[in-house]
Amino acid sequence: MAKRIDVSGLSAYYGAHKAIDDISMTVEPRSVTAFIGPSGCGKSTFLRTLNRMHEVTPGGRVEGKVLLDDENLYGSAVDPVAVRRTVGMVFQRPNPFPTMSIFDNVAAGLRLNGKFKKSELADVVEKSLKGANLWNEVKDRLNKPGSGLSGGQQQRLCIARAIAVEPDVLLMDEPCSALDPISTLAIEDLIGELKERFTIVIVTHNMQQAARVSDRTAFFNLSAVGQPGKLIEIDETERIFSNPSVQATEDYISGRFG
Amino acid sequence: MSHVAVSDARPAAPAPHKGSLSARSLPRWAGAGFAVVSIALAVGIGLVFGLQSKVQWGLIAALLFILVSYAVTTAVENKRQAKDRVATSLVWVCFILAVIPLASLLWTTISRGTKVLNGYFLSHSMAGVPGFETGGGVYHALIGTLEQVGLATLISAPLGLLAAVYLVEYGKGALAKAVTFFVDVMTGIPSIVAGLFILTLMLMFDLGPSGFMGSLALAILMLPVVVRSTEEMLKLVPNELREAALALGVPKWRMILKVVLPTAIGGITTGVMLAIARIAGETAPIMLLVFGNQLINTNPFQGAQSSLPFYIWEQYRVGSDAAYDRAWAAALVLIAFVMILNLVARGIARWKAPKTGR
Ligand SMILES: Nc1ncnc2c1ncn2[C@@H]1O[C@H](COP(=O)(O)OP(=O)(O)O)[C@@H](O)[C@H]1O
Ligand SMILES: [Mg+2]
Repeated sequence: MAKRIDVSGLSAYYGAHKAIDDISMTVEPRSVTAFIGPSGCGKSTFLRTLNRMHEVTPGGRVEGKVLLDDENLYGSAVDPVAVRRTVGMVFQRPNPFPTMSIFDNVAAGLRLNGKFKKSELADVVEKSLKGANLWNEVKDRLNKPGSGLSGGQQQRLCIARAIAVEPDVLLMDEPCSALDPISTLAIEDLIGELKERFTIVIVTHNMQQAARVSDRTAFFNLSAVGQPGKLIEIDETERIFSNPSVQATEDYISGRFG
Repeated sequence: MSHVAVSDARPAAPAPHKGSLSARSLPRWAGAGFAVVSIALAVGIGLVFGLQSKVQWGLIAALLFILVSYAVTTAVENKRQAKDRVATSLVWVCFILAVIPLASLLWTTISRGTKVLNGYFLSHSMAGVPGFETGGGVYHALIGTLEQVGLATLISAPLGLLAAVYLVEYGKGALAKAVTFFVDVMTGIPSIVAGLFILTLMLMFDLGPSGFMGSLALAILMLPVVVRSTEEMLKLVPNELREAALALGVPKWRMILKVVLPTAIGGITTGVMLAIARIAGETAPIMLLVFGNQLINTNPFQGAQSSLPFYIWEQYRVGSDAAYDRAWAAALVLIAFVMILNLVARGIARWKAPKTGR
């Protein structure tokens, strides 16, 4: 069940340092939205505000509203743990649990939440691994440690782990930046399939990747180092890459940045 | 003297190459050769000059070893290689200096301890055996040590683990600082002071001596070690794993229980085992609080008990040959106990270590 995200007036802080300033945007369901922009402009920070992972960082603080199909994630009665079950996340560096087997890694979300039936677990694991295009490569060694896989396989394992809990939204923070081109392609294909079921937000430093996988693209920038990052514009990917409405976007995309 | 060595070692060097990147070099066994030559020389010097002390022989050998290494390597290779070899030789000499006391301690304990160490010694107490006669055994002390150390571990391992989890995963602000401070202070408490502290309580509440009183003092000594080592191990767990678990919608306490602790469990066990090893040899609190006993007392909550370190002290104080033998045998039992704990800790650490299996 993919959901729409509506952000309005969102700012995030690290202690006294304001990392992003007054961001408003809409993320459409069943689509891929790409975040691009220079390093340090707050893409990761913004992404982490969308599943309340930002406040896990010491000193992390958020102002503003994030509506997930009309429910404010930052409402006073909202449980961040429940939010994170609805909005899953894949990190830049593959981080499978080192003490767990491949099977246990995928099952981790269900097991750790304590709500599963033993008989269903194997089905969920198989379905998730198939969903992450990893099943054929690992079906004969499900009981081997997850850290024994290659980097690209580990990242797909992490995606399988994230989709096993059936989230509505999947956030990906530069999921391919530590991977070789072939693994990258595998994950890009996967993103294309996953958007049928999930709302996907992906941060990427790779323009071609943004152009290839995303339906809409948001460009972030910051006026100077140490200043908070801002959303410059968000539009159909095609428009952003052919005819953006802001000059800074065009400069960044064509490499005439700074 | 080093001239002899030079002419000794020189033929070993291969013919020099010219105009290439490879240079003349000593064979790989050169270091061992230098050691043999310098030991032989030192023995020679010792005999010729009639030096009595073997310590002098050893020091001369060590000095010669470094000189010979330097001289030969300078002559055959070059200055840079010579410096490198001197550094290596120094490391070796220091290593051997450090190992000698350990090896000799182990050797003395084994050679003197095996005299009376047998099944009878391990399974009998000192009941009815006058201190200066042969016979008797260590069973009551072994029971005492196992029970006291076991109880101390039962108290301080969970407490220490929880304190460390608090400090690493939750602690910020004044309380965490205070806990850290007190743990630091506790690390420095001498065992006799911990014993006196419990003794005060014992007198205040009018309690008799018992193994449990000793366990309390041992637990005080053990706690800071457990907290510190567990803290370090928890800090080694990558933050990415915590975030990965949280991002799956796992509550924090479950994340700690199912991801952080399993990842660190090998190191934590090692830390606890080392802490146990540290307190297993404590004598002072036992003297104050457990009093010692010649008989078997299996109840740690009632009445005086013995313990291995206490037994060693007690036997040595008797001063007869038979008592000395018993003391050494008990020392061997104590060392074996600690050694086994260490091996178990290593086994668990290896078994539980995060698997890479690439
Ligand atoms: N853990 C942190 N503590 C303090 N400041 C941080 C932390 N993480 C990021 N920042 C700051 O927040 C800003 C945005 O960082 P980030 O969101 O990582 O940017 P991006 O992902 O676009 O490269 C940067 O100025 C960075 O220095
Ligand atoms: Mg980033």
